[in-house]
Amino acid sequence: MSTTTVTKAAAGTSGAPGAGSARPAAPTADGRIGLRANLRHIGALARRNALQIKQDPESMFDAVFMPIIFILLFVYVFGGAISGKGNNDVYVNYVTPGLMAMMGMNIAMGVGVGINDDFKKGVMDRFRTMPIARSSVLIAKIVVELGRMLIATAILLGMGFLLGLSIHTSVLHLLAAIGLSVVFGASLMWIFILLGLSLKSAQAVQGMAMLVLMPLQFGSSIFAPTTTMPGWLETFTDYNPLSNLADAARNLINGGAVAHSVWMTLGWSLVITLVTAPLAVSRFRKKT
Amino acid sequence: MTRSQTDANAIEVRGLVKHFGETKALDGVDLDVREGTVLGVLGPNGAGKTTLVRCLSTLLVPDAGTATVAGYDVVRQPRQLRRTIGLTGQYASVDEKLSGFENLYMIGRLLDLSRADARRRADEMLERFSLTEAAKRPAMNYSGGMRRRLDLAASMIGRPAVLYLDEPTTGLDPRTRNEVWDEVKLMVSEGVTVLLTTQYMEEAEQLASELTVVDRGKVIAQGEVDELKAKVGGRTLKVRPVDPARLPEMAAALRETGLDGVAGATVVPDEGALYVPILTDQQLTAVVTLLGSRGFGIAHIGTHLPSLDEVFLAITGQKTTGSELSDTTSEEVAA
Repeated sequence: MSTTTVTKAAAGTSGAPGAGSARPAAPTADGRIGLRANLRHIGALARRNALQIKQDPESMFDAVFMPIIFILLFVYVFGGAISGKGNNDVYVNYVTPGLMAMMGMNIAMGVGVGINDDFKKGVMDRFRTMPIARSSVLIAKIVVELGRMLIATAILLGMGFLLGLSIHTSVLHLLAAIGLSVVFGASLMWIFILLGLSLKSAQAVQGMAMLVLMPLQFGSSIFAPTTTMPGWLETFTDYNPLSNLADAARNLINGGAVAHSVWMTLGWSLVITLVTAPLAVSRFRKKT
Repeated sequence: MTRSQTDANAIEVRGLVKHFGETKALDGVDLDVREGTVLGVLGPNGAGKTTLVRCLSTLLVPDAGTATVAGYDVVRQPRQLRRTIGLTGQYASVDEKLSGFENLYMIGRLLDLSRADARRRADEMLERFSLTEAAKRPAMNYSGGMRRRLDLAASMIGRPAVLYLDEPTTGLDPRTRNEVWDEVKLMVSEGVTVLLTTQYMEEAEQLASELTVVDRGKVIAQGEVDELKAKVGGRTLKVRPVDPARLPEMAAALRETGLDGVAGATVVPDEGALYVPILTDQQLTAVVTLLGSRGFGIAHIGTHLPSLDEVFLAITGQKTTGSELSDTTSEEVAA
């Protein structure tokens, strides 16, 4: 037969069931999950998400091709019109930092669709009946998606350099811009996870996400300077977090005042995360 | 290896209620499962079986009533409780994109095994559930039976004291169903307490020692499997003679035997068949011998256990609420 050592259920007694089992980390008396165990769980779950990508390489298409297509389109379609014919390289320096912000938004949207899909599978029930923090399932997903976002950003910057992007500041400034978009991207992912857990179908998530995305993306300083916009729109873009992020990344790369836009971006990220992350985790806990 | 069963209850449920809007999925359920035994929860679709399992595995919070599993309250101590249970659902709860090994390894890591221990335990479970050869293939390429086995293996990684099997063989072919039953029997022999939900009387009979019959969120019968079987009757023999005109003659011959059960043979002209209640194996032999010796030509003969419908009819005098359930588990032979 097997080599299992069977543990006795301590039903009716106060003894701890599971004693003598193979689990090395003794749970605390109230069963709370310690930080180290939590990190280990997130690691194991992130590995799952990464293996899924390995199994289904097509799921990387968006992260690989979206930056290539977008930067080519924007630089060659709008570049001449905005910066003057033959001045495409000026527009590259304008639009690439903006596209970094947009990349995060688009990847984040995918998270919502993915989590909605994932939830229809029995494996989520298994996770929720296991002695792990329920937030770890969501955090693991975010960790892997941030990885995807970094790949997309790397490809975007590579393309940017090919098209004439130049860093006027320093590599550290560039890294700061990337870091800022990662922080903001993570906060966006919480929004879309919340949407993904709240709406019925993946299509609904997609539709809802587009409704939110389009005005935020185009009503921003990502693609064109806001100075020619009507007053009301300029006001909107000034408070649009995507504008803040685009301005911050742009000034970090091209030089210029960064304090205001960086703080605004960090503030937005913090507020969004503080509001949506607890809602998403609670939604995940209660989802039937 | 057999762990002697004790009188202690591994699961105690009292007055459990769960509503979904107007629907009373659980409407005051009471049940006990003694440590080391298998309780079968038998009922049609929509009877509340899955809701019960979800409440007991902390996936749902009940609206009223109490439930303790391995001494832990499902509402107040969910975190401790999750360390003692395993769940195998109606739909295999494994990650389809991951290989069998990766699934089990992940679960080991989530249960705080070290990398080496998680690897060892995964290999051990793959071996135990005859999945070693398929270990590296993604679970989506597994057959239905292999998926269920992987699911069971996943539930067993943490050596749970209490295992929930929610309709573990629904949708499986008979051979695969037998495989899953063998695995469950093996686990039970090692002392795991099992709560099994099923729509099949045969499955309950195979695996469970005690049975709770539920309908519309209520327990309508409870007892040892043998007790309930006696109540609802044993097998039924269905005989179709070559010449349907001889049906009344056959029924008369059986009535003459005066045997309890057999004498209750009834003719169903529409089907051209005779239904004979069978209480013992000896009776089965006697009936077949008698029909043969009288020279009745038999076109088809088979026995079946009472279907869920028949069980319900016997207990409540009503048909099940889950309408489309008329499947019988038959072992039929064409003569």
